[in-house]
Parts: sequence; C-alpha cells; structure tokens
Amino acid sequence: MSDEANKGLLSPLRRKLLMGMAAVPAITMLPRASFAQAPATSAVNTTGLAVTDTEVTVGILHSATGTMAISETGSIQAEKLAIEQINAAGGVLGRKIKFIQEDGASDWPTFAEKAKKLLVNDKVAAIMGCWTSASRKAVLPVVEQYNGMLYYPTFYEGLEQSKNVIYTGQEATQQILAGLNWIAKEKGAKSFFFIGSDYIWPRTSNKIARKHVENVLKGKVVGEEYYPLGNTQFNSVINKIKLTKPDVIFTDVVGGSNVAFYKQLKAAGIDLSKQALLTISVTEDEIDGIGGENIAGAYACMKYFQSLDNANNKAFVSAFKKMWGEKTVIGDVTQAAYLGPWLWKLTVEKAGSFDVDKIAAASPGVEFKGAPEGYVRIHENHHLWSKTRVGRAKLDGQFELIFETADLVEPDPFPKGYQ
Amino acid sequence: MFGDYSLGDLGSIFVMQGFAGLILFSVYVLMALGLAIIFGQMGVINMAHGEFMILGAYVTWMTSNLFQAYLPSLFSGYFFLAMILAFVASGALGMLVEWALIRHLYKRPLDTLLATWGLSLMLQQGYRSVFGAREVGVELPQWMLGSLHVTESIEVPINGVFVMCLTVLITISVAYVMYKSRWGRQVRAVVQNRIMAGAVGINTEKVDRYTFGLGCGIAGVAGSAFTMIGSTGPTSGQLYIVDTFLVVVFGGAASLLGTIASAFSISQTQSTLEFFMSGSMAKVLTLLAVVGILMLRPQGLFALKVRK
Repeated sequence: MSDEANKGLLSPLRRKLLMGMAAVPAITMLPRASFAQAPATSAVNTTGLAVTDTEVTVGILHSATGTMAISETGSIQAEKLAIEQINAAGGVLGRKIKFIQEDGASDWPTFAEKAKKLLVNDKVAAIMGCWTSASRKAVLPVVEQYNGMLYYPTFYEGLEQSKNVIYTGQEATQQILAGLNWIAKEKGAKSFFFIGSDYIWPRTSNKIARKHVENVLKGKVVGEEYYPLGNTQFNSVINKIKLTKPDVIFTDVVGGSNVAFYKQLKAAGIDLSKQALLTISVTEDEIDGIGGENIAGAYACMKYFQSLDNANNKAFVSAFKKMWGEKTVIGDVTQAAYLGPWLWKLTVEKAGSFDVDKIAAASPGVEFKGAPEGYVRIHENHHLWSKTRVGRAKLDGQFELIFETADLVEPDPFPKGYQ
Repeated sequence: MFGDYSLGDLGSIFVMQGFAGLILFSVYVLMALGLAIIFGQMGVINMAHGEFMILGAYVTWMTSNLFQAYLPSLFSGYFFLAMILAFVASGALGMLVEWALIRHLYKRPLDTLLATWGLSLMLQQGYRSVFGAREVGVELPQWMLGSLHVTESIEVPINGVFVMCLTVLITISVAYVMYKSRWGRQVRAVVQNRIMAGAVGINTEKVDRYTFGLGCGIAGVAGSAFTMIGSTGPTSGQLYIVDTFLVVVFGGAASLLGTIASAFSISQTQSTLEFFMSGSMAKVLTLLAVVGILMLRPQGLFALKVRK
C-alpha cells in the first residue's frame, strides 16, 4: 500500500530528473531521444506488462547450453547488442530496456516452460528467442495462450503465421527461389543433387526446391538424400554424387554433420571451384567449425553476409566486434536476431503502446532503415520483406557477395504450387 | 539404376565404395576400441566415452594453434605430437575419473552408467565454458587434405587412408598389450577372477586404473584423428556414442575380435545400403538387422566364456 503511494509521489520527480539528464546528450547527439516525451505508464501499458515509468522488461530465450548453444550464442549476443544500442539512443517510449535471459537448454519442453515463466511471472513485453523450428513450435502455443510477442530470428521452412510472432529471418521460398534462379541462369545448371539432414526444415525446403527446379526451371533432380542429424559419414553419398555428376549440389545439412560433409567432400577430391554447390545452411558461424579451406568456392543463399558493403553493416560489424571480441563472426541468423529488438522498438513507437494487441496490429508496414542487411519492412503476414543474396565462400571464412535481388522479395509462408 | 553408366564408371565407383566401407570400418573400430576395453574388461558402461574423444580433439586443436603461433616450420608434422598429447590428456583424465568416481561403483555396474552420464554432461559444459559454445575448426597440414589420384576416376581420400593406418597400428598395439604383455595377463586375470587375481599378488586396483586410463587414452587418439573427418565442439562426442555402443554390444562385450568383426559387418552393411537407398533408411535397416541378430544371440557375435 505505502509502496504504491510512494511510487505515485516519486515518479513525476524521477521523470523530471530523467528529463534533465537526458536533455544534454539529446541535444548534442540524438535529436529524437525520447526520454523527454515519455508518456504515462498507464497510457502505454493497459495489460499489466512489466513496464514502469523508467523501465520496460523483455525476455531473451535461447539455448546457452546443450547442443544448440553452438548456433544460438550469436543470436543472444546480437540481441544484447541491439538492446544496449537502443538504450544508448534513449530507450523505448522513454523507458530503458531491461532484459531477463532464460536458457532453453536445447530442450523443447524447457523452451515452452521458460516462455511461460517469462510471460506469466515476469510479464515481459516481448520475447526475443527460439532458434530451431522445434523450439518455436513448442513456444508458439504458449505465446498465443498468454498473448505474448515473439521475435524469431532463424530462416525456416514457412507454413506458419501467427499474430503473436514476428519472423525476422526468411521463410523457405524467399531464401531458396532467387538462389536457384540465379544458379540456373548463371551456370546453366540443369541437374541438381539434393542432400539434407533428416528433419522438417531440409525436407520442406527441398520439396519447394524440387518443385521449382522441375516446374519452373525445367531441370532435373538426379538425387535426393537425407541423413540422420549428427551423421558423420558421407562417403557413400559422395560416391553417388560422383556417379550422377550433377550440375549443382544443393545442400541443407546442419550442425556437426555439416563439418563432416565438407571435410569429406574435399577429401574425396570434389573441387568446389569446379563443382557448383549451393547451400542454404552454412553461414559464417558454421564456417568457423568447417574451416574456410574446406568450403572455399561454395555458394550460399542467404539474406545477409558479414562482408556486405554498406554503412549500416559496417557500423554493426564494428559495434558487434567491439562488444564480443575481434574474432567473432556474424552469420545470417545473428543479423536477423539483431533486427528483433529494433523492430519491436519501432513498432512500439508506431503503436504508442506496449500492449501486445496494439503491437501485433501495428507491425505490418513497420520499416527499419538501419538494418545491417539494408532496408527491411514487416509484411501483413508478420514476415519481413528482404533481399535474397548469393555469396561465395572464401578461404578466410567470409563470403564474397556475388548476386543480390534488385528488389525486396515478398515473404510467402504458404506458397501456392509448392506444397 | 546402373543402365546409364559406362562399365569404367561402375568399376571405379565399386572400388571407391569399397574404400568408403573400409574407412567406415576403421572409424568404427577406432571409436569402439577404447570403450570395448573398458566395458569388456571392467564391466563399466562409460557414457562419457564421447567426451573423452572430444578432449582429444580439443588437445589437437590447441596443439595446432600452438604450432601455428610458435613453430610454423614444423606445422606439417604437428598431428603426430597432437595424437600423443591427446592420448596422455584423455588417459590422465580417465585415471583421475577412475580414482575419484568409478572405483567406488564397481559393485554397482548400473550406477556407473548414471555416474558417467552425469560426467559426460559436466565435461560438455566444461568444454563450453573453456573453449566457447561454438565449434572450432582444426587446421590440418596441407599433405593431409585432398585425395590420392589412383586412376582418372578413382580417388582415395588421404584422411581415410590415414585413419585406416592408425586403426591397424592401434589395434595391433592393443592386441599385443592385452595378449602378450605381462600387464595384459594381469588384466585378463582380474577379469576372469578378481579375488583369485588379488590373492596371487596382482594389485587389482592399479590394474583397474590403468585399464580405464588406457581405454580413455585410445578414445582421445580417436577423437584426435576424427578432427580430420568431423566436427569439434562441446557436444560433438554425442555424435559418436550411439554407434560406438552399437559396435561394442553387437561384437560381444569382452572380446577384441568381436569388436572388430562387429565393426566390419555393421560398416559394410551400412555403406552398401547407403549406396542403394537414402542414408536414413540405410541406418534404419542396419539397426533392424543388429536388433534381429542380438535377439538370437544376446551375448553378441563373440563372447568370452567366463565362469559365472
């Protein structure tokens, strides 16, 4: 009771102090700093989220332990960087972002449980999180039931859309089709050999790729192979590739298998400077483990490469390295994770509210001009309009940009004719 | 499916496929040897076997970094030193673990399963804290990359040949140590009758410790060799553990020959099937065959007759 009274008494004073403090940097460097016009909490938070006059709490939910920590570490780092930058630039609606980090521990039920904890106990205004489709599928019913907001960074198989999720990575058609078109045109590729890990994302992606190759490009799929997750022996399939001599090897092998696959490909004498290989599962992060010398020459189809030459990206890369060390690399998903907090901030400001329903409604059309990948915009279906790019792996583990679509590619999570 | 190919093509593919099978065979033997020694001789189910392998891989990675930084001129030979260091590191950790954990559980074999599983989780998190969650890339000297051109269309991966030679070398050494040396006799005596062995003056505790250390050390060498063909990360050991147990159990727990025969039959079945169908299906059929045979012969392919 007395606490509440105190709060009421203190808050205008505190706000005034903050206005004073904020005014100095606001004038010199940040013309649009928003501390000065922080609206009342009661107006921007009508559903009891963890929003105070000075702070707003969000959740970060990734695997910091377990097998997926390899991949998700980059996402955690990117989200923390974004939050720090947003706070340095004045926060969201005059409030500093505070985050609570939970560990999904590479275990899907744990993800669901932690998401519930973040939404029900901590009342976070948004969750930046998940990486694998399995973890997202586990969290989805939770964010829908408790009406939370999830920003999901990974490129994924599509076939999903939710009011409560913003997908900041690419869905399958966005990622794949432009790349296939490019390689068919540029290399005159007619025959394709698909090889993937055996779970939903590679199977769905390959299904889409196969339809596109057969129906649109009028080419031929000469082989389609799946190996269990974690498989470390690829010599047999490499022999099959040698026998069928495809124009393009199209791969979506993931995790530790990836490393084994490229090492054995090289050892078997397949020279990637002569044999075209297009992957949708290797980013700079993976090359760290594979080794640049094993994959140099391969093409990857993504929306972002660390080597992109634009002002936003240069600032992003140097800030990221400053925060996390000179040696860290930034892959596609890391960049997409960085977009999450920024898109949320922009949406909150557009909606003038932290309420989840208002954010969900205000999301379509929100633009982020400062994205490292270049301009992005949220589509009606809560995915992002973004460019598709093809890069070629170099010895030093970076990609050289070879091709990018002229326009933003429309996200199409339920592609007609591809299912 | 062969209609479209020339006879020469087919010939070279069969040769290469044969090599693929032999390489898989070597990989299986190498990863299963250490476990077979520990499981077969001591009855300890070591769930942390994969993590001992990865320790070897990390040692290799560190050695390669050290050579690059301080002795770049000797880089092409670092791998041999790395394997020795991997053996020493994993073996030492194994002996420590035996002393601190395993020896208290000899009378409760099922509990060793739980204890070593816990150990494997601790080691994984340990690697993650020390080396970072991301995988590391082990740089190899130039001569170990690429393949040997036997003919125009037959190419044999150098790292595969390397693993094969290493496997032969280690198997012969282990067989010698186990069946010809004085120490090997002691180990076998302890397996056959612990109380009598103790009564005739064999220090059974010491034999246990060194046996466990030897098994873990071989796992370390295997891990070191596998940096050529697989990934090195905190959880990479998990990729090998299932296949390893499969080979050991199928072969009959206490028999070195059984391990080799089982590795051979599993690898040949799998690599032949993989050629004719998808990798996942090949795995399923291989496992089905193994389950079927184990139902008929629960003791595995070869079993030592031990007085119960």
